[in-house]
Amino acid sequence: MQTDTIRLGCGAGFSSDRLGPAIDLAQRGALDYLVFECIGERTMAFGHRDRMLDPNRGYNPQLRARMRGVLAHCHANGTKIVTNMGVANPRAAALLVIEIARELGLHGMKVACVEGDDVSHLIGPDTAFMDHPGTVADVGLRMVGANVYLGVEALLPALESGADVVIAGRIADPSLFLSPLVHRFGWKLDDWTALGRGTLAGHLMECGMQITGGYFADPGFKDVPRLADCGFPIAEVAADGSFIIGKLDGTGGCVTPATVKEQLLYEVHDPRSYLTPDVAADFSGVSVTEVGRDRVRLAGADGHKRPDQLKVTVGFDGGFLGEGGVSYAGPNAKARALLAADVVRERLTRINRLGGDLRVDLIGLNALHQTAEQPVGDANDVRVHVALRSTDRDDIDTMLWEVESLLCCGPAGGGGYRGQVVPCVVTHSCLIDRSAVSPSFELFVA
Amino acid sequence: MTQRRIHDIAHARAGDKGNTSNVSVWVYDPNDYPLLKRQLTAERIARAFPKLFTGPVTRYEMDGLHGLNFVMLDALEGGVNTSLNLDSHGKSFSYLILGLPIEA
Repeated sequence: MQTDTIRLGCGAGFSSDRLGPAIDLAQRGALDYLVFECIGERTMAFGHRDRMLDPNRGYNPQLRARMRGVLAHCHANGTKIVTNMGVANPRAAALLVIEIARELGLHGMKVACVEGDDVSHLIGPDTAFMDHPGTVADVGLRMVGANVYLGVEALLPALESGADVVIAGRIADPSLFLSPLVHRFGWKLDDWTALGRGTLAGHLMECGMQITGGYFADPGFKDVPRLADCGFPIAEVAADGSFIIGKLDGTGGCVTPATVKEQLLYEVHDPRSYLTPDVAADFSGVSVTEVGRDRVRLAGADGHKRPDQLKVTVGFDGGFLGEGGVSYAGPNAKARALLAADVVRERLTRINRLGGDLRVDLIGLNALHQTAEQPVGDANDVRVHVALRSTDRDDIDTMLWEVESLLCCGPAGGGGYRGQVVPCVVTHSCLIDRSAVSPSFELFVA
Repeated sequence: MTQRRIHDIAHARAGDKGNTSNVSVWVYDPNDYPLLKRQLTAERIARAFPKLFTGPVTRYEMDGLHGLNFVMLDALEGGVNTSLNLDSHGKSFSYLILGLPIEA
């Protein structure tokens, strides 16, 4: 089917992204497709952990809320949904969407689950990493899952089946947006230029508000109007692959050449070769033109033959991360905080002989850039922040106990202890041959 | 007069993949691009933060859009899953680079 332009919206750019602006897009966006991109390297591994604890879980924790919010609007407006919210369990996710569709009276709604990204069976102790020395066995931690980045080829059959909602696991982020374009424009899978252009659209859209004013504001230098009401982006894509990025009238935020350029190279290394399962996209000759208020046109992307191998993320159970802190304020706060840091470090390492990775930061003086060795100024309000990663939960609890005890056993005026423990995952990447992967889909009807 | 910093003439964004960080830097005024290109070299960034950016630093140039992209390998203290830095993604590395002084 040939259409003049296709309207793509992004309803989430990461796992915990905002819901309200997605509902706004579903209601008023006049979209052909609403895409939710919700997987990161960490969230993928956490999905596997969730699934191990309960075989019916492992999908995005906000799936229910998101679908309850947008499903009826999308149905009414003829908008199809494409998402990776299936994470480690696309089938359970699809069944949940079916359940919600029935609750909402959307009988006949078709939901496809796409599987085949779980390649745990292809990963063994001898598998070597591409981003890290050594093999899976060398990590010395329990593997929780391995997922290959799938592309357009995995989503296309589900779109062709007429599904209203396509729900997958690990799909390369730009491919979630490229797939509907290939489907509707009939682009060939070796039309590298078209695929490169569609990949640019997907790349710019996949982080949601990062192109409409999120992750951008720097007061006095880069001001963003009404950031609190920032809208999610819309891409109006033409059949030649050029497109305009915009957002809904009445939403906050901004779409400008500056927001677009920053996102153009976000998580990109060589702009001439941005690798996805579909294409080696070339962003080096892209033009960025403001064509109206909050409307920026992009053209000139290109592409080259896709890579022969596909990237796999292997997740491991990394134990626990414990974090605890105590704050010091007022006269001589810096000296008291520095003393507290020394005391707690000595108690943890010399007296308790704790193993694992330990780090002590002074928030307010030099925390985020401590390793960069930035000059340290003075401050009236400093927080001692202690972090420990360990596979031994007892060590984490000991650390938190020692940090809390600074209240009575540390320098003067220490207050505001808080501590928390979260589970950890470790991820590394490897490559596998494309031929080893065989994605499939199944259609469910509400 | 206070020392001018890159922050006065350019904006930037940081991204992460595994243990690799990239920061793209864009001048507000195209007239400042030659100055940025001359002074903000890969060598300068590697030299400025040797303890943090322990791997090679590569610079890619986007002359048409007046921006530079810096890719720092082994720069994230292990990466988002293993770093104990509060900012394990290195989101704030854009401002580390924007804080470098620039000579007019």
